[in-house]
Amino acid sequence: MKLKQLESCLGDVTQFSSPKVELEQYPTGPHIASRMLFMAENSFGDITGRLVADLGCGCGTLGIAASLLDAGYVVGVDVDGDALALAQENCEEFEVEMDFVQASLSELPLQGLHVDTVIMNPPFGTRRKGADMEFLAAALKVAGTAVYSLHKSSTRTHIQRAAVRDFGAKTADVLCELRYDLPASYKFHKQKEKDIAVDLWRFTK
Amino acid sequence: MRLLTHNMLACNIKGVTKGFPLAIEVTKLETKESEMNPDFLRHIYPKLDWKALHDAAHTLGLNDIPEQVEPAMLEDEDFLQKFHHALLEVHLEEGALICPETNRRFPVTKGVPNMLLNEDEV
Repeated sequence: MKLKQLESCLGDVTQFSSPKVELEQYPTGPHIASRMLFMAENSFGDITGRLVADLGCGCGTLGIAASLLDAGYVVGVDVDGDALALAQENCEEFEVEMDFVQASLSELPLQGLHVDTVIMNPPFGTRRKGADMEFLAAALKVAGTAVYSLHKSSTRTHIQRAAVRDFGAKTADVLCELRYDLPASYKFHKQKEKDIAVDLWRFTK
Repeated sequence: MRLLTHNMLACNIKGVTKGFPLAIEVTKLETKESEMNPDFLRHIYPKLDWKALHDAAHTLGLNDIPEQVEPAMLEDEDFLQKFHHALLEVHLEEGALICPETNRRFPVTKGVPNMLLNEDEV
């Protein structure tokens, strides 16, 4: 599948109708999601035929993208039952098979090294401080090979240090900088749309 | 939820040391055919806890998963088909997963296990 095809497909993923502020349920847009997965597969071979986990999967965009790129198996984990129900509907729409687990990332019930690749778009940690770090710690715990994640570019130094020093990553690299086109989803967003610079990271174990 | 997922789920209640494998309580199963990928099965095989898969398959009424596997069997089409079926085609739609140490019950509803913990379990 070509990048443009993947991006156009992902435009059909149904997003949250009423996102939950406390969980920072920002949608992962088709532009960013398609580039993230395409790079993971084309540059590193981390998706096709691999076991992939989408942590904090929300409505399932990244997991569906992995399935469309022929991941061997995809599991989505989210704390929010409404998000998981929507993600299941999206999977049916796309005719892809994903398993889902309702769980909190701080007490992730997944065992050691079963999953090859983790893909995630974690909360930026602006509503609940440290939420982004909680995701990163969990991801590096369960991933056997690599973690792909999005973080605000402004937190680059901090992420790099935490991943290697605190969470056991062997390497931590920014693959590219993307513009996160955040629609004004919540009342506290004053501007109609806001571009945020985010880094696409690849961490290895 | 398929048995591949079961093979990586553990009870995470604070203080629990033997939270794997979770016992399975079956209310409703569904079988959905999917294309077999032998390379993926060979890739996943060394990562699996085979005894947990064998026991779980047995609980689901899948009695043709052998207790022990030799790597040579991964070249056998007939075995791979059974392996694929047990691991990736049978879905636990309704039921529960039960912690082997505490007997805590995690319900499975519409195919999704709810592994959320209560405040006093964290």
